[in-house]
Amino acid sequence: MTRLRRLENMTGWAFVGPATAHLALFALFPIAYAAYVSTFKWNIATGSHAFVGAHNYGLSLHEGAFWNALWNSLRYTALSVPLGMALALAVAILVNQRLRGVTIFRTLYYIPAISSGVAMAMLWIYVFLPENGLINAALGLLHINNKTDFVNNASTAMWVLVTMSVFTGLGPRMVLYLSGLVGIPAALYEAASLDGATGWDAFKRITLPMLLPTSLFVLVTSTIAAMQLFTPVYMITKGGPDMTTDVVGYHIYTEAWVDFNVGLASAKSFVVLVAIAGISAIQFRLTRANLSDYSA
Amino acid sequence: MKTIGVAKATLSYLAMLVLAAFLMAPFVWMVLVSLHPPKSPIPALDELWPAKPDFGNFGRVLQNPNLPVARFFVNSLVVASSVVLGQLAFAACAAYAFARIRFTGRGILFATFLGSMMIGGAATQIPVYLMLRSFGWLDTYAALIVPGVSSAFSVFLLRQAFLAVPGELGEAARLDGATELRILLRLFIPLSRAAVATCATFTFIGVWTDFFGPLIYTNSTSMRTVEVGLSIYKNSYGGTNWPLEMSAALIVMTPLLVVFLLGQRYFTRGITLGSVK
Repeated sequence: MTRLRRLENMTGWAFVGPATAHLALFALFPIAYAAYVSTFKWNIATGSHAFVGAHNYGLSLHEGAFWNALWNSLRYTALSVPLGMALALAVAILVNQRLRGVTIFRTLYYIPAISSGVAMAMLWIYVFLPENGLINAALGLLHINNKTDFVNNASTAMWVLVTMSVFTGLGPRMVLYLSGLVGIPAALYEAASLDGATGWDAFKRITLPMLLPTSLFVLVTSTIAAMQLFTPVYMITKGGPDMTTDVVGYHIYTEAWVDFNVGLASAKSFVVLVAIAGISAIQFRLTRANLSDYSA
Repeated sequence: MKTIGVAKATLSYLAMLVLAAFLMAPFVWMVLVSLHPPKSPIPALDELWPAKPDFGNFGRVLQNPNLPVARFFVNSLVVASSVVLGQLAFAACAAYAFARIRFTGRGILFATFLGSMMIGGAATQIPVYLMLRSFGWLDTYAALIVPGVSSAFSVFLLRQAFLAVPGELGEAARLDGATELRILLRLFIPLSRAAVATCATFTFIGVWTDFFGPLIYTNSTSMRTVEVGLSIYKNSYGGTNWPLEMSAALIVMTPLLVVFLLGQRYFTRGITLGSVK
């Protein structure tokens, strides 16, 4: 190696050094450390810990409450992600038109997404209040007398979380779809309209397939976020009523920071991590298959 | 793009207005309720407009002796600005090396940075807590700042921007005897202002709204950030004092709105940049 090359090499490592050290210490090492912690019966409050090997994993998989939490997370994800994506795509198409003042609407739609999660949760508590809440008050204007306590009702509590997610998650998804829409060549629509395909036909034959890569990205990132839901559950439902909204993010939080079982909680986080990776892989597979269909 | 018919335009505006009204209604409600006298009950829709606006709630919230919202605010400002500055410094250096300097292991190292973005923070919270505890950092600014001071996302974002800077510019400066650090500071960063602004906006909003980290890394009231402080505030009234709770929420949200509106252009750019790896 020449002297100059060696100098460049050293400069490069000097520049990436701090960020690399930080990455190693706060992102990579903790994963190994979490694996280590998961092999202990470890109470973080009393400090007592004993090596138990893979016992925590077996314990997790035989615990009804953990399966319930996994089921709730899957339910929440399966409801909130497709609904959120559909709304975002519809809104993106709406605000992608050449209309005066359309950028103001884009900005307004984005605001819930950058707002404080805690403040948003407080506002959505109000929206769903039985007495004088926004929904029941609006129904009252239509002379429908409804006093449903949405948050404390086992059949509606999950929908409170889903509705909140669909609207607060709108901004980023809309922006992603907008950038996808801009990338579709106008010539495709012109050619299609010559063949008589406009409106819904053009949407199905051109817009949807051309947006497939965008949709995959939105799907995977939204799913990962949905599987880690925490703040709205902590603020609004506390996992209730009857554990119907006890999602994995909240379940593991309770295991670690209320019951102090950090070993068991770490094991459960790994199970969830594997579940998320599995779901993402399936989503990639299915979309890839569709992608090749269209490019043929 | 063809011109839009009047009927279609009218329908579109109607749809946009309805959605905007629904999304903004809770915010309008928040502002109006914060002007009601403390402890007044949740108003019915026709009583929502305050008979006599009471602007004193903000002062009451900021001066509450048991829940120092002003202190939460200062904490969040200190933490958010430190993390933003730290990330810019760490990420700019690393991004410059990834974009412009050839060194052994560059490819693998960059892939590691990208890969680390896939693994959410949820799985690392317990080990990071244990690490911070062994450093003696729990319940200090260090616990809130140091884990966030560098991020793979910022490195990725700035690298993309630095790759777009014409290579000859750097070469010319190098021939004039400028050091790499000088080239980065005087050439690449000024030329990548938009990406730097994106990074700063993203990071600021992310740190300001972070809930989980401050929730478990701090425990004394005086070390809480606005997000956790607001949740304590809400829980201490438990929905019995909406005017004060809404005033507190408004105080927490105002900086977010200001930063978002100032950096909106950059912010939305950052969202889409992340998707085109």
